[in-house]
Amino acid sequence: MDFRLTDDQRALRSGVRRLLTRRFGREALRAAVDREGRLDRDLWRELGRAGLFALRLPESDGGAGLGLPEAALVFEEAGRALLPGPLVATQLAAGSVPGAADGTAVVTCAGQLSSLVAHLVDADVLVTIGAGAPHVVAAGEAAAVRSLDPLTPLHRLPHPPPAASGPLLGAAVLLTAAEQLGSAARSTEDAVRHAGDRVQFGQPVGGFQAVKHLCAEMLVRTEVARAAVRAAAVTGDLTEIAGAKLLADDAAVRGARDCLQVFGGMGFTWEADVHLHLKRSLLRAQMWLTTVQAEEIQAQALASAL
Amino acid sequence: MDLAYTDAEEEYRSRLRDWLAVAVPELPPRPPPDDWPARRAYDTAWQRALYDAGYGEVHWDASPTLRLIFLEETERAGAPYVGANFVGLLHAGPTIAAEGTPQQRERWLGPVLRGDEIWCQGFSEPDAGSDLASLRTKAVRDGDAYVVTGSKIWTSHAEVADWCELLVRTDPAAPRHRGITWLAMPMDAPGITVRPLRTLAGSAEFAEMFLDEVRVPVACRVGEENDGWRVTMVTLSFERGTAFAGEVVACRRTLAEVAAEARANGSWDDPAVRRRLGRLYAEFAALWRLIQWNVSAAASNGSLPGTGGSVFKLRYSHARQELYDAAAEVLGPDALDLSRPWTLERLSSLSYTIAAGTSQIQRNIVAERILGLPKGR
Ligand SMILES: Cc1cc2nc3c(=O)[nH]c(=O)nc-3n(C[C@H](O)[C@H](O)[C@H](O)COP(=O)(O)OP(=O)(O)OC[C@H]3O[C@@H](n4cnc5c(N)ncnc54)[C@H](O)[C@@H]3O)c2cc1C
Repeated sequence: MDFRLTDDQRALRSGVRRLLTRRFGREALRAAVDREGRLDRDLWRELGRAGLFALRLPESDGGAGLGLPEAALVFEEAGRALLPGPLVATQLAAGSVPGAADGTAVVTCAGQLSSLVAHLVDADVLVTIGAGAPHVVAAGEAAAVRSLDPLTPLHRLPHPPPAASGPLLGAAVLLTAAEQLGSAARSTEDAVRHAGDRVQFGQPVGGFQAVKHLCAEMLVRTEVARAAVRAAAVTGDLTEIAGAKLLADDAAVRGARDCLQVFGGMGFTWEADVHLHLKRSLLRAQMWLTTVQAEEIQAQALASAL
Repeated sequence: MDLAYTDAEEEYRSRLRDWLAVAVPELPPRPPPDDWPARRAYDTAWQRALYDAGYGEVHWDASPTLRLIFLEETERAGAPYVGANFVGLLHAGPTIAAEGTPQQRERWLGPVLRGDEIWCQGFSEPDAGSDLASLRTKAVRDGDAYVVTGSKIWTSHAEVADWCELLVRTDPAAPRHRGITWLAMPMDAPGITVRPLRTLAGSAEFAEMFLDEVRVPVACRVGEENDGWRVTMVTLSFERGTAFAGEVVACRRTLAEVAAEARANGSWDDPAVRRRLGRLYAEFAALWRLIQWNVSAAASNGSLPGTGGSVFKLRYSHARQELYDAAAEVLGPDALDLSRPWTLERLSSLSYTIAAGTSQIQRNIVAERILGLPKGR
């Protein structure tokens, strides 16, 4: 047993971080907010060329032949950077929906968020996920919804689609949990940086225990979620994946709220990025597997462990 | 990221499992909590059995991964944990191994491993708890001995211990952290009075210790005079490492038993109860993964458990309390009956957020040493 990242995994992670820092830094993030989450198709293709969607395809199919643990590291970075778009759905579709793997197509999924669909405006293909490969469906008369998350346009489908299920669901849940983890880690870092910089009563506010302890709890939640997400990526076990999502949702949502508190009035502004992490994490918490569903899966596992 | 165990590790596991399958059923019944001499005899006999079977040094010598397998398997087999050997095996022993002279290692380590001698920890004082460095018990050099006077409190196992790892102040004029010395005090020395303290769970788990001109040979000093704070930090970092791994396995078993009770008494049909237990299932699974994570990380930083132990202890101590609170919800009014399972454990679990560094102190450690936030008071 050696739970540490391998050198290749480390290199992959820092490569993705470099790419996202260069191509999706703060200015690009705020521009995406100003576009109300409409996608930058050049960026999408660049992500495709970098292998973000083809990562898990066999090398013979033009992929990188990597596994879920590597994909989780990449999606953690995407979560940190608040990279918008139906990243998970497009990755699941890579290899079966033409254009998904290389980023020439944007694929979104119905049934991951009850009757709501994310990024339908930019999607070339709408799929559902059940037995076998993703199944292409028609959107019909979808109505735009005023989305809580400025980076994720939402539509409501006229008829609720079947909930996502089947063999691909585990990866979808896990990669979403990995995004939550990245967001939680980022909120912790931002809160700590602000707490070290902001001076009140003649000292950095991070010197006050009430603030310090908020930050410590943010880190604890992040580290527990990290252990859970990475282990679940390695085992691929569905119960463990659902448990990891529970913990990562909690780390992301509560982390963003605590970060907001540490930022004070600035945290309540549109200008600061704190709300973007909070809103996105609230959305992801509903995606693919809700808290109730994840807890029921844990309860079932517990009952059958007797 | 590899969670699979190597062939050698699996072989170790199956050999241990075979041995436990024979050894555990042969154990006598566990002694009552208040019978300290019997508890000592029981715990030391188990350590002796481990020693004879070649597992005596597992807490020190084995790779962190083998230690983890050991803790997992012994707990699974229902074997006792370290019990009264706790301080010797997990505090004083590792400290002496790291900081002692060859003669000191020779004198003290063997008896700990064979279950011949029991240690206790005399760190806390009535006026020095979280602020351990403010301790005042003084030691004055007199020839080849230190003469120690003062009082200690919350000393677990004091009644039956042979030795006490004792922190004393040897230089009252020096800055607080620089005037402290680490001594091994023989518990049969004249001048020691031990007064048991009853815990809220009803049993006498720890004691007050009054020291009146107790002579401790200079040869019993580990590390240099006035260097005891650094020596102590070595000890404390061990305490916050994998020490709780076996308990996480135990908590997972308890959780399954609580779920079985919930199904038997119908409370499982209440989704709020079911979901609460479900969340705990995810929680303890993640805590186990966090231990594996810390163990793997320790392999890179020279196997001394680092600050990751504080992250773990913070989360674990609260999770354990939540487990017994959830058990109480399942039991309903039966949770008021001390003879029911989990009721006493629920009370005992209240010490987890206090002993070995309170949760507030752990948060300070995480914030200052991991996150680098400014030190404050
Ligand atoms: C079951 C049990 C067994 C023990 N066994 C031993 C033993 O064998 N040997 C031994 O030496 N000791 C032992 N202890 C003592 C234990 O280490 C201390 O109780 C612990 O360190 C806290 O010290 P205190 O009790 O004096 O509390 P205090 O330090 O007085 O703390 C009181 C409250 O103030 C808070 N507080 C204190 N300082 C700060 C700060 N800087 N920032 C924020 N909050 C703060 C604490 O978190 C706590 O809530 C044991 C304790 C228990 C409960």
